Amino acid sequence: MVNRVVVGAHYGLRGWLVQRVSAVVMACYTVLFAVALTAARPADHAAWKAFFGHGWMRFATLLFFVSLFLHAWVGMRDILMDYIKPTGLRLALEVLVILLLVGCAGWAIQILWRT
Amino acid sequence: MPDAALKKKRPLWYNLNLLNLPLPGVISILHRISGALLFLFTAWLLYLLDSSLASAERYAEIKASLAHPLAKLVLLGLLWAFLHHLCAGIRYLFLDVHKGVDLPTARMTSGVVLAVSLALTAVVGGWLLW
Repeated sequence: MVNRVVVGAHYGLRGWLVQRVSAVVMACYTVLFAVALTAARPADHAAWKAFFGHGWMRFATLLFFVSLFLHAWVGMRDILMDYIKPTGLRLALEVLVILLLVGCAGWAIQILWRT
Repeated sequence: MPDAALKKKRPLWYNLNLLNLPLPGVISILHRISGALLFLFTAWLLYLLDSSLASAERYAEIKASLAHPLAKLVLLGLLWAFLHHLCAGIRYLFLDVHKGVDLPTARMTSGVVLAVSLALTAVVGGWLLW
């Protein structure tokens, strides 16, 4: 009756899964983007803006960006864990990566929903 | 003694020279390098997207600045990084579900990843950048 998990907190598993799920989302978006781009062939600013103006395109691109930033976090965390041994420096770089990615996420939303 | 026979078969040392890295290892380190490269250029790519969507004037400015050979070279490099990361990533997803884990297949798919990502870079880069 007791759902006791005795081995660790599973942080690693969560990161691993986030990395894979976000990868699949981005791979699907890449195919969608390539198909939409070859179909629309936007050649000037108005067409380029209209290309990202569709509701579904905004939605899909937002999902792509959210996946990208989660994916980049897990990947950069792995790289920093492998190569940066001093804990203080690693923590500082990890915080820097998070701040950059959160900032980019806000920026991406602003780009997509700007009128 | 079976133990001694086993011991004799073991390699005495591993050649860790980068040039002797097996193909799956090359794919692996390139996956990491391309990922780090894409991370480092994320803000610049967002800036390009932002500028290109901001106004007709900014769009024209960005288009003109990206016509520079150096800008094209960087974009081509990032395109390769993206495509290599994508192709190698798909291979890793198959490895995750234990598809293609035996050595001959793993080596073969590594070659496919390297070739397909380079070919796609040439095709897409040629179409979009030149």
